[in-house]
Amino acid sequence: MIALRGIERRFLVGDQVVAALRGIDLTLAAGEFAAVMGPSGSGKSTLLNILGLLDRPDAGSYALDGLETTALGEERRAALRRERIGFIFQSFHLIPRLSAAENVELPLTLAGVAPRERRERVAAALEALGLTPRACHRPDQLSGGQRQRVAIARATVTQPALILADEPTGNLDRASGEEVIRALEGLNARGLTLILVTHDPQLGGRARRRIRMEDGAIAEDQCA
Amino acid sequence: MRLRDILGFALRALGSHRSRTWLTLLAVTLGAAAVVLLAALGEGARAYVAHEFTRLGTHLLIVFPGRNETTGGPPPLLGETARDLTLADALALARAPGVARIAPLTVGSAPVSAGGLEREVNVIGTTAEFLEVRRLELAQGRFLPTGDPSRGRGVAVLGKTLAKELFGHRQAQGEWVRIGDRRFRVIGILGSSGQSLGDTLDDLAIIPVASAQALFDSPGLFRILVEARGREALPGAEAAIKEIVRARHEGEDDVTVITQDAMLATFDRILKALTLAVAGIGAISLAVAGVLIMNVMLVSVSQRTAEVGLLKALGADQGQVAALFLTEALLLAGAGTLAGLALALAAVGLFNEAVSAFRLVVPSWAPLAAAGVSLATGLGFGLAPALRAARLDPVVALAGR
Repeated sequence: MIALRGIERRFLVGDQVVAALRGIDLTLAAGEFAAVMGPSGSGKSTLLNILGLLDRPDAGSYALDGLETTALGEERRAALRRERIGFIFQSFHLIPRLSAAENVELPLTLAGVAPRERRERVAAALEALGLTPRACHRPDQLSGGQRQRVAIARATVTQPALILADEPTGNLDRASGEEVIRALEGLNARGLTLILVTHDPQLGGRARRRIRMEDGAIAEDQCA
Repeated sequence: MRLRDILGFALRALGSHRSRTWLTLLAVTLGAAAVVLLAALGEGARAYVAHEFTRLGTHLLIVFPGRNETTGGPPPLLGETARDLTLADALALARAPGVARIAPLTVGSAPVSAGGLEREVNVIGTTAEFLEVRRLELAQGRFLPTGDPSRGRGVAVLGKTLAKELFGHRQAQGEWVRIGDRRFRVIGILGSSGQSLGDTLDDLAIIPVASAQALFDSPGLFRILVEARGREALPGAEAAIKEIVRARHEGEDDVTVITQDAMLATFDRILKALTLAVAGIGAISLAVAGVLIMNVMLVSVSQRTAEVGLLKALGADQGQVAALFLTEALLLAGAGTLAGLALALAAVGLFNEAVSAFRLVVPSWAPLAAAGVSLATGLGFGLAPALRAARLDPVVALAGR
């Protein structure tokens, strides 16, 4: 599903060029559950941003479902994000003025889905994560775990094939984190490809495939 | 993304920072109202002047002594002096084709006294026809008698205010007044005439033209009012008047004839220009409101950077992000304009209800111009913030840096 070849990404910090990713080769099959681990600054978030089409590599190729993405225009990349990829962030990124249901609805709204279909799909997504009673609450009326589950519902409501999660439990206590991990494992069990970035070894240990990064390169890639 | 969803999203965003939204709306509202109110003021002035003119009668010609146009040709060998316009000239005009009636005018200022009270007022010397030509009404008594205008008579018609100031509540009709060094018997009092182009007809005395010429010791007329038989008779009457005067003045074209219409058209042009100028001043305040919209939108974009990043991650392209923010700016401009128009129309209605002497008239183009300028500024000033949002790098925006 995902094929990275020779991915390079360099940033200009002051007047120095820092290589965040150097020659990454990575292949992921559909339905995999992979954890990307490593110390801060090892390039895991940069890798995730490139996988999510939010960032472009300076060199190398990235084929998503056989489609070479590095040469695509911004509009096509936005369309791919809309249709194929769901994001989950450490800080949730819920829009505070919108209710839980409206936040979940947002990707469908952006995609121009008809209101009636939107309501049905939002209700189903909330139901799947046990959030139906919280549908009309605003984010500031929800607990951390509930907020991240709303974000998961938002990431899955468009039925993408790939879920990218960046430290999904980083802002949560142990119990809420457990809730969220179970929800993510549930998605993977339904066949979604799940890539998660974390430096929590316990969370990383639950993934079937563990990729450890160091200094912008893959240091270890093992399957459980 | 559907239009309804874009509107809904923009409305929710505006609703999330209320005081900023209200203040911006207020600025746009005042700007739009200013355009409409200033235009209504100008248009009201125009309507007022037009109304005053038509009250005088729409088929009036005014003959002045002297020329006010210069034409080419060699300079005269001898100094050229405009000839006086005489009473005989005026009487000759009365017989011209297309002319219904004429009223010669001599105007001067003289002390008018009765019973020890004295006032300096304008004294008009004219004939019986003046009453008809100027559409005046009498409160009591008679107007100047008809008959040979070249014979002076010791009779006077007083304006309402003058009669009251000289005689108080006593009967003025039939009493004697002294005007200059002559005595006149009061034969009538004018009714209330209101204002005529700022010129009150209440505070004057009207005497036969020959008496006025003797009083002011001048054979020349101030002007001659000529009423044509109808609008269509105006051009013919004007030509005939010039012809007659030329014949009587040894071939010299030494009078100026202007029509009511020409004067009205001149005033109309001036006041139209004035209306546009004041409406333009209003438009400047709308443009200032546009700057405010831009400021609010820039603050909004910088406060919602993470939200823009999220929208992009969820698959919004640059066009969608720009459309969302531009819609907010246009909603501010549009809602402010509607409120401003409503405010202006309500203010015009209240003003016209309260003040009867002058009416504000909203010209049909004013609301359209206000809306046009407002939406154009909303678009113009909303574009830069919207593009700034659209061009944000999603990775940087999501990190909140």
